[in-house]
Amino acid sequence: MKTFPWLLILALVLVFLLVPLVFASSSYAMTVLINAAILGLMSLGVWLTFSIGRINISQGAFGLIGGYITAILATRFGLPLWICLLASAVGSALIGAVVGLPILRLRGVYFSMLTLSLTEAARLVALNATAITGGASGILNIPTLFTGDNAYLELYFFVLLLLVLGIAAVWRINNTRLGKIFRALQQDENLASSFGVDIAAYRVLAFSLCCGFGGLGGALLTIFVQSIYPTSFTVSDSTNFMLNCFLGGLGSVFGPALGALVLFLGFQLLSPFGAYQSLIYASLMILAMLILPNGLLSLRLPKRRASQGVP
Amino acid sequence: VGKAIVLRFFIFITADFFWFSQKTTELLVLELRLINLVFSRFYMTQVLVNGLMLGSTYMLMALGITLIFAIMNVMNFAHGQMYVFGGFVTYYVFGQWHLPFVVALLASALVVAVIGFLFERFLFRPVMRRSNREETTMLLAVGTALLLDSVALVLFGEKQRGVPDVIAGVWQVAGAFIPYRRLLVFGVSIALAVGFLAFVQFTRPGRALRAIAQDRETAAAHGVDVALYSAFGFALGAMLAGLAGGLLVSTEAVNAGAGGFTSIKAFTMIMIGGAGVVSGAIAGAFMLAFAEAIGYYFLPGSMPYLIILVGLIVFLVFRPQGIMGKRWG
Repeated sequence: MKTFPWLLILALVLVFLLVPLVFASSSYAMTVLINAAILGLMSLGVWLTFSIGRINISQGAFGLIGGYITAILATRFGLPLWICLLASAVGSALIGAVVGLPILRLRGVYFSMLTLSLTEAARLVALNATAITGGASGILNIPTLFTGDNAYLELYFFVLLLLVLGIAAVWRINNTRLGKIFRALQQDENLASSFGVDIAAYRVLAFSLCCGFGGLGGALLTIFVQSIYPTSFTVSDSTNFMLNCFLGGLGSVFGPALGALVLFLGFQLLSPFGAYQSLIYASLMILAMLILPNGLLSLRLPKRRASQGVP
Repeated sequence: VGKAIVLRFFIFITADFFWFSQKTTELLVLELRLINLVFSRFYMTQVLVNGLMLGSTYMLMALGITLIFAIMNVMNFAHGQMYVFGGFVTYYVFGQWHLPFVVALLASALVVAVIGFLFERFLFRPVMRRSNREETTMLLAVGTALLLDSVALVLFGEKQRGVPDVIAGVWQVAGAFIPYRRLLVFGVSIALAVGFLAFVQFTRPGRALRAIAQDRETAAAHGVDVALYSAFGFALGAMLAGLAGGLLVSTEAVNAGAGGFTSIKAFTMIMIGGAGVVSGAIAGAFMLAFAEAIGYYFLPGSMPYLIILVGLIVFLVFRPQGIMGKRWG
């Protein structure tokens, strides 16, 4: 078992703590940071499904599920938000397990295509189940976690805490027997099965954990913007979560968070270009795929990483 | 009649659940349509004709994406976006510049084929040479879809675009109304699909494509120029998407944001049929088209696709390789 990279963590925490102190006065900057942290948390889940060798494009669907669970519990039943958040994470994970059990039998592009369709299906359910979700007009006036002068700062630290806990949890998973089993599934499911690994159970576990992260992130985002619509998470969000992992680097647990930060920040920084914003963004992303096939984290010590390969 | 009553009861229950707010009108319309379905063949003919017409064009799309998959082992995530490009080229050439429809279709085919060629030559080939991992090429495919989406938005704007009738008039047959433009689209689509299949089956380049689809290495060992034909195959598959777009813009409208959803349609077709199999692509295209035609007739708004997507998931649980696909693993 590898030792926990304390130095890197310390540096990251320092950066994350210092950054808001500089920008605390700008609510726009805080909004961007909070969004990036939440997206990082959701991407972390997708990273887990990458580690079992599946490309999951359904995280948007579970963001929606988590968001709606929180929205409904908070507005209809008036439950405290802490319970709502927990319910969102657990509920999404359970739904993920139920949905994952059949669809994880699919492999490769079939799995990816189906998860993509799942995102679209979730949007359509939210749109059509008017009695529960309010249809196209969504659910508004969701209470928020923190009020007062430093609400953004407090929310930022709360989200950051969850992100750090999430990374620590995934790091721990990745470096114990469970992580080895996940990587074995990535290499060859049949071989893993022949060694006595219950592949169906483990891949559902990985997918369900992923959905839990997705639900938690979706709930956080819902609380942050205090509203949810069927279009709050779309197919392009689902693909972005996947691209965050990829750009950050599939070889490291820190990849998804880094990718989310860079991509989200990058997209915001391109906003002066107006109509060309997403065009430049997409071009840069393709360029990044061409010149950095192993992600941003592969930039340091390229030789060692090249021989070691992805996860 | 007994069946009809059961059906009505069932629909009452689901309707209660889904359209709580607009229950009365929705239900009335639904009731009427259901009664029509059960007691007369009249509307059913129309629905089936609609499905057939739509299916012929969907077939082009499914053949294109399945060709690219068979040859490159790449799932073309930008297929729907290519369809949108084809639609907009026809919109400009035929709708705005008033050139003949044939010219517009050729322009659509050419433009999208060039896009496909450039993608293969400058994006997929370098990446695939460096890594054989499925993930890398798939992520690149997703990236190209994002790229085309944003290009379409910049070039074409956000408006929904349609073109004037290619041919005016309606043909009334067996209780169904078929506009001549739909009939034209149907005929052209079938002709193109037959032409494509004949090309792949009976010509030398077609044989090279089939050889590559069967086994890339062996084909190369037997002197097939794999690099050339990969680019050609990608361009050909893309061209079919462009043609489908150009054809369908004359009966439906097109907008720059439709790409993603159209891609999902294309995926649905080949997931039903089985990826990389020609017969599967055709079966999948027609099944989706009929499901869509029937669904849009009986259900409001976005319900049909919800049911189609949920049905797809259930179907794939029982047959993950599709109807015609080969079992893997």
